[in-house]
Amino acid sequence: MPRVLLIEDDRAVREGVRLALRRQGHDVTTAGTGEEGLALLRSFRPDVVVLDLMLPGLSGLEVCRRIRTEDQVPIVMATARGDDTDIVVGLEAGADDYVVKPVQARVLEARIRAVLRRVGGAPNAEGIPKIETHGDDGELTIDRAGLAITRRGAPVSLAPSELRLLLTLSASPGQVFSRQQLLEAVWEHSYHGDSRLVDACVKRLRTKMGEPAGQPRYIQTVRGFGYRFQSR
Amino acid sequence: MKRPLRGLRGRLLVAFVLVTAVATLTTGALTFREARIAVLQQSQDTIIKRLRAHVDGLAPGIAYPPTQSDLESVAQEVAAAEPAQNWRVLATYRDLRATSRPQDAFTELTAGMRSAVGSRRAAVFQRVTTDGRSSLVVGLPVTFSEPAERSASGVSVFLTVPQTGEQGYVDALVTAIGRAVVPALGLAVLLALLAARGVLRPVRELRRATRSIAEGHLDTRLAVNGSDELADLSHTFNETAAALEESVAELRRMEARARRFVADVSHELRTPLAAMSAVTDVLDEDAARLDPDTAMAVRLISGETVKLARLVGDLMEISRFDAGAAGLQLDDLDLAESLRRTLAARGWQDTVDTRLPGPGELRGRVDPRRLDVAVANLVGNALRHGACPVQLRLYAREMPDAADDGGWAVIEVTDSGPGIPADVLPHVFDRFYKSDTARTRSEGSGLGLSITAENVRLHGGTVRAANREEGGGAVFTVEIPLGQEEKEVRET
Repeated sequence: MPRVLLIEDDRAVREGVRLALRRQGHDVTTAGTGEEGLALLRSFRPDVVVLDLMLPGLSGLEVCRRIRTEDQVPIVMATARGDDTDIVVGLEAGADDYVVKPVQARVLEARIRAVLRRVGGAPNAEGIPKIETHGDDGELTIDRAGLAITRRGAPVSLAPSELRLLLTLSASPGQVFSRQQLLEAVWEHSYHGDSRLVDACVKRLRTKMGEPAGQPRYIQTVRGFGYRFQSR
Repeated sequence: MKRPLRGLRGRLLVAFVLVTAVATLTTGALTFREARIAVLQQSQDTIIKRLRAHVDGLAPGIAYPPTQSDLESVAQEVAAAEPAQNWRVLATYRDLRATSRPQDAFTELTAGMRSAVGSRRAAVFQRVTTDGRSSLVVGLPVTFSEPAERSASGVSVFLTVPQTGEQGYVDALVTAIGRAVVPALGLAVLLALLAARGVLRPVRELRRATRSIAEGHLDTRLAVNGSDELADLSHTFNETAAALEESVAELRRMEARARRFVADVSHELRTPLAAMSAVTDVLDEDAARLDPDTAMAVRLISGETVKLARLVGDLMEISRFDAGAAGLQLDDLDLAESLRRTLAARGWQDTVDTRLPGPGELRGRVDPRRLDVAVANLVGNALRHGACPVQLRLYAREMPDAADDGGWAVIEVTDSGPGIPADVLPHVFDRFYKSDTARTRSEGSGLGLSITAENVRLHGGTVRAANREEGGGAVFTVEIPLGQEEKEVRET
């Protein structure tokens, strides 16, 4: 029974989504405001948060940032369709995925399931604990089994999509991944095309890894094509 | 200026020069004519008077009928009377002739003049030009004063006087006129240029301002100087521009309000729709267990909610295009793969017949989401309004006159339906245009094709609709340049 926290100000939408998700077998708790949602986060301990971007008072964006400061719980943002800046800003604030309203319950459900699957862990064929080091001085370590990243010995706290993106890229250092490939590997989108998701996530990941602005050391942009991981 | 003589400056120049030339030459010609007549008249009067005086003085002494020597002495005496004038004299009586100089052929004398002197009693004169030198020929019959009536003696005296002096006067006159014309023409050119500048400067200003308005700078105004017609024109121009600016501003305000309204309405519709959309699956699932009437009602609501959600989505997409908020998120894609995904995402891969290039054969920089929307709308439209088989083709088009080396991709969606009526064809990309007015609602939102057109336009491409030449079915052709400009948000 996946536990879903739904933060949505409109009562009808809240009830409708709760009804639909409950039918799919989710344990749903709802909050009408951002403050209420943040409070429930600690008591309810959800597996995934579905967050409306436009909330009265504390905005969805702010709620997203606050969740990210203390928790790596996956966040699916429900946003006004194609308000492109909203989507990008939301993704940069730390959302793992987004759906566009109005959304059919099965689409939302599929996104939730995909996000939850990713948290289950990155693929590891050998199943052997393996810690890689990257960089000239070995400053970056990736523990594929323990899903832990450290930089100069300090743990780097990553959201599920960020972690998964880093694991995917670093699994084949030097190989160029197109945004499309990353979208499928990391977000499991059958629908292709939202390269913004990839770009926003890369940007966030770079920031968290302390990459110098304008000169990324590990995750490099291959102009007009995609990204690659540079080990040294 | 390509054709300097066709311009205002050239025309003014030509007009000024023509007027000056005509005026100067007419004045010169008239002056010349009068002066020449005056000069010649005076000299010939003097000459005739003197000749008559000399002849009259000699006439009584001439024996009658005169002999050759008589005539010779007459001729020589008359010539000797005016040594300074270089007179040449001929005296004749019937067949006898004597000249003041020996062997003088006296070629200036014409037969007509000779007979005129023979038949009249007055002096006859004629100006003759031989070898470029003009001379005056005067003929005078000698008359007897006795008996009472004057009668012709048959003796005639002819005189030739070279008119070099008079010719000199006339030549000087011509030279003077000529000298006057050249500076006058020069002055005319100068004045023409000044006048042209005076006229052309405001005209040029006007041209610049008109062009500026045409380029969309509606706040262009002219500086009004003076109070002539050109100033009036500038003034009128300013008023027109101000009126135009005001109208355009008003239109833009109205249009912005209308767009804002559409965007607001769509936005407001989204929240209730979000609630309804969330539960459509629940309704569909439960409908099977309800009694038939309720089940039908439930399914109807579910279906209409899905349509409404699509309509609102399309409306919001259109408002974003109208607001200019739609941007390109370019990515380097395998286009054939992209089209396959578009079909697969909607479950059309088995319905639609494809003719696509192989993997990696046709790559391009496009916005994947917008390309997907554009193609999905075209294929969906073909499936709904046309008939199967629907064919999706993709191929590269080489540009023979390629300025853009990137080339173009052509996407063709063909159906096998009845085709599009000719009167509908120009409107298929219009919003909410229904080909069949009786069918007030179709399955689509009525916005799909205009969204396609906007998406293609955003890529710098074109989309057009036509019917298949061999009949049966419509063809929609999208052409997109492959080498898009780098418009990506700056990364790193």
